[in-house]
Amino acid sequence: MIKFQNVTKIYTPYTVALDNVSFEIKPKEFVSIVGKSGAGKTTLLKMILAEESPTQGRVFFDDCDINKIKNSKICNHRRKIGTVFQDYKLLPFKTVYENIAYVLEVVGIDDKDIRSQVPEVLDIVGLSEKAKNFPLELSQGERQRAAIARAIAHRPEVILADEPTGNLDPYNTSDVIKLLVKIHEMGTTVLLATHNREVVNALEKRVITMEQGKLIRDEEKGRFVL
Amino acid sequence: MFTKLKRIIKSGWVSFRRNGMLTIATLFVMVLTISSVTTFFLLQGIASSLISSLQEKIDITVSFKKDVPEEEITKLKDEILKIPEVKNVVYVSSQQALDEFTAKHKDDAQLMESLTELGENPFPAYLNIKASEAGKYEEVSNFLSQATYQDIIDKVNYYQIKETIDKIFSISSLVRRIGLGAAIILGILTALVTFNTIRLAIFNYREEISIMRLVGASNWFIRGPFIVQGIISGLASILITIIIFLPLCYFLSPKLTNIIPSFNLFHFLISNFWTLLLLQILVGVGIGVISSLIAMRKRLQV
Repeated sequence: MIKFQNVTKIYTPYTVALDNVSFEIKPKEFVSIVGKSGAGKTTLLKMILAEESPTQGRVFFDDCDINKIKNSKICNHRRKIGTVFQDYKLLPFKTVYENIAYVLEVVGIDDKDIRSQVPEVLDIVGLSEKAKNFPLELSQGERQRAAIARAIAHRPEVILADEPTGNLDPYNTSDVIKLLVKIHEMGTTVLLATHNREVVNALEKRVITMEQGKLIRDEEKGRFVL
Repeated sequence: MFTKLKRIIKSGWVSFRRNGMLTIATLFVMVLTISSVTTFFLLQGIASSLISSLQEKIDITVSFKKDVPEEEITKLKDEILKIPEVKNVVYVSSQQALDEFTAKHKDDAQLMESLTELGENPFPAYLNIKASEAGKYEEVSNFLSQATYQDIIDKVNYYQIKETIDKIFSISSLVRRIGLGAAIILGILTALVTFNTIRLAIFNYREEISIMRLVGASNWFIRGPFIVQGIISGLASILITIIIFLPLCYFLSPKLTNIIPSFNLFHFLISNFWTLLLLQILVGVGIGVISSLIAMRKRLQV
């Protein structure tokens, strides 16, 4: 489903974010990408979302070379993906409800379904009470949950989660991970970039380990080893 | 398609309402722009009314030698009327000229007495010619200087008033040129100010636009609400400008009529309302939408 073929990313002038990385992710897999800060986890996810392009090598999504997609068609590719961004990236001038409804509007779901689906998703992440609040009025944890709600709302084929538990307490962390596992069990491919050892070890799923831009380990039922 | 359009319009309206200070700042600049355009439009109206009222006052008079038969004068009148630049020719016989003079000065006993003493009608028959434009009198005068007419024409007063005619002609063309120049400079200035205001407003949204791109919104789904917001701002500014200008013109109108009796500002505004509105829409909405489109291009590259 997702294939990295000898991908190198160099940020000018000398920062090598990814160094000759190759791997493949099959549909309905749950893969954790681990590594220290600056190991290249976020760059890797950005390439899947076509937010960054490789300096060398190719990235495929459903056999389609992501970097050959025209600027005007990238939106169709991005609609297949739900992303939980490290910095949440909630729309600051829209309420929590509108942030989630926006993604549903983007994929073309009709108003009636939006009215029923948004409260459902908000209920799943426990933010029903905050539907009318703007992102700036939320705590870090609440923003993170709103970002998760937005990522899963339109039932994408793939979820990219970049440090989704970074700002959560252990109780909320466990809830978010349970949620991701549940979404995965329903047939969604999940890529989880994290440096939370407990989370990765508890999952007992495939782990890709990155270090200084290089892929140093790729194990089925892996553990967090750095 | 319809649902998308509805969502775009709704989103544009919500943004317009929510961005208090930014909306007010944009509206303020746009009201200034549209007010300048409106002021210029009104000034043009005042200037052309002033020029045409001055032009109305200009004519040239051709007086005829005594004993020239009326038929010959009428024949010449018909010839003059054939000149395309001539708007109107009035024939005044020597008797009519005398009647007019008597009627005008009947209370002046001394004048009346000297007229009686003269014993005959001293006034020649004449033609009063009005041209369509101040610059066209030269052609009329050239036509009258042909040798064929020298036997019947006593004098043409064109050369006496030539200076005045030339002055009015040069003033009116100068006013037009200055007006056009001012309009162009004003147009460029206001377009730049509005463009920059909108560019800043969109710069403020750069984060939002890149997020929209990342969650899969198409370029038009992102641009749409900004364009709608531009249109709403344009229309709101036009409404505010009209609300300011209608009473202003209503109260200024009598004062201006005192200075230029032939011009009624309020009446001019009302009778040219639709033209002015079209101009305002072209300026307000046009600049708003084009600026949004240009300013957004860079932001949609994510």
